[in-house]
Amino acid sequence: MLGQILSRLATAVPSVIGVVIVTFMLTRLLPGDPAAYFAGLAATPQAIAEIRGKLGLDKSLPEQFIVYVGDLLSGNLGTSLSTGQPVVTEIATRLPASAELTLVALIVSAGIAIPLGVLAAVKQGSWIDHLCRVVTTAGVSLPVFFTGLLFAYVFYYLLQIAPAPTGRLDIFVSPPTHITGFYLIDSALTGNGEAFWGSLRQLALPASAMAIFSLAPLARMTRGSMLSVLGSDFIRTARASGLAPRTVVFTYAFRNAVLPVITTLGMVFSFLLGANVLVETVFAWPGIGLYAVNALITSDYAPVQGFVLTMAVLYITLNLIIDVVYGLVDPRVRLDT
Amino acid sequence: MSAAPALAVEDLCVEFRTRSGVVKVLDQVGFSIAKGETVALVGESGSGKSVTAFAVMGILDAAGRVTSGTAMFGGSDLLALPERELAELRGRELSMIFQNPRTALNPIRRVGEQIADVLVRHGGATRAKAPALAIEMLKKVRIPDPERRAKAYPFELSGGMCQRVMIAIAIACRPSLLIADEPTTGLDVTTQAVIMDLIAELAREIGTATLFITHDLTLAAEYCDRIIVMHAGHVVESAPSATLFSAARHPYSARLLAATPGESGALASLASIPGSLPDLRRADLPSCRYSERCERRLDACAEPLPRTAVGEAHIVACRNPL
Repeated sequence: MLGQILSRLATAVPSVIGVVIVTFMLTRLLPGDPAAYFAGLAATPQAIAEIRGKLGLDKSLPEQFIVYVGDLLSGNLGTSLSTGQPVVTEIATRLPASAELTLVALIVSAGIAIPLGVLAAVKQGSWIDHLCRVVTTAGVSLPVFFTGLLFAYVFYYLLQIAPAPTGRLDIFVSPPTHITGFYLIDSALTGNGEAFWGSLRQLALPASAMAIFSLAPLARMTRGSMLSVLGSDFIRTARASGLAPRTVVFTYAFRNAVLPVITTLGMVFSFLLGANVLVETVFAWPGIGLYAVNALITSDYAPVQGFVLTMAVLYITLNLIIDVVYGLVDPRVRLDT
Repeated sequence: MSAAPALAVEDLCVEFRTRSGVVKVLDQVGFSIAKGETVALVGESGSGKSVTAFAVMGILDAAGRVTSGTAMFGGSDLLALPERELAELRGRELSMIFQNPRTALNPIRRVGEQIADVLVRHGGATRAKAPALAIEMLKKVRIPDPERRAKAYPFELSGGMCQRVMIAIAIACRPSLLIADEPTTGLDVTTQAVIMDLIAELAREIGTATLFITHDLTLAAEYCDRIIVMHAGHVVESAPSATLFSAARHPYSARLLAATPGESGALASLASIPGSLPDLRRADLPSCRYSERCERRLDACAEPLPRTAVGEAHIVACRNPL
């Protein structure tokens, strides 16, 4: 098992190298001259050239690349031109915000979608099956930013039961002591009830908006996968052996059906990371999506590179985790590698 | 034959709802199996052999429905029992061996655990004791090195080994009726004989009545006391194996025998049966579903199917038997 993880990890190395090259090239090819942008509208050509030299943009591309890789190896992702902060620090403070939002959304969504899909498959044609169909259809037809805006309008503006959509915590509540950067976990660890409740309230709307979006693929995959497994020969054997329905559905059917669901879970997580950009904008969430969008608009290379790199590493890690979980569930996968 | 049969099926009718209409898969199927007796159910593909077994076991697909009939087993009607009580019997009193053993076992559960699941459910074994009992069962079906094999997954075993595991699951609780649905399909010929011998031997040892479903008449004759011939959802003939081979009375049985390769006779002498199974979705199905393929057909064949006793334990459903 450990060997498998290590060899899988080794195959991730080329991906990372590829990502480094692509992010570097991509940001150089973007339209706009950052030196001109930061020199200001009234700057003289000399001033722009001076800034260009300071940023290292006057060097050739291969030279710039070597500098870039050297910086990466020493853990330096550069400095944001617009905020003047090191990109590493900014991403380190903003990533937990995005990750917390995405994970809460994913947990809520999986917690609803998987049981719903299982029940819909077990009781095919019943009301719960129809409910499942309605939820999945509605889920895919509603874009996240729309659900987000709708939620903010209904629950904050009309009903006034939700807090203002302005970030992770109400300004009058002080954030919990920094341990993991996840407000829910940190406040729970430090026993800070006020911060826990406050951040949960702030999370509720954006997380729900994202959860609804991801509900559809998960529930549909669970239902479809369960249906095909329930129709398979070994389920008939289990039933013919008189095994309790609970054993048949969970020990026999669900464990076999869960494999494609895990794959979908990984894909949905990727979707959600992408959808973060929109939700963070709507709810003024101080995550990395918002950070990247702002950087992109101002042709601020370093944060964009840092963002893409972080995301790529996240995806690679995620896929690694999925592979490992797959191997744990399905003994046949273990031999293949 | 002892007084009360192990299983007595009467008037069993099963329908399947499909996109293209209702298919009357079984029509008034009736037969009985005495305690400890080995009976074969033969017929070509689609004749309703497996459906009969599934209906008796109560594991028909959702699309299938028993419309009438009884299946008396140990004093209760299997077709009328609530699912809970039926599930109590399945695997303990009546159990089943399926074709294609590789797909009939849970691919991601160790075979020892799969046997243990049944023992825990029915045999009153505790979770702690079940693994040892499962190994005992593996020993019983003569799997070499059972301690190690118990920890194997089905994909790590050969087809024959998987079928042995399947047999171990089926007989784990010493059932009084064992249904073997084409247990040797998908196995090579030498393994087939070994598996058949194993089933026959174990069934004899625990005194289990066996219903053996097959399309192979030679195999049926070799292992079974009696043969029941099915055609298009009808039981057309039921006779002791020797009688059927020497004096089949139903035209279909006779044709089926002529289509079976024997020890004597060249392959060229094999005859095929003209026509094919009638479309069971038709509204105007004749009362004798073989009549349209039959060269001995009479006008009287349009009348309801008879069930005539023509000898000891020999019943034929034909108006113009051979």
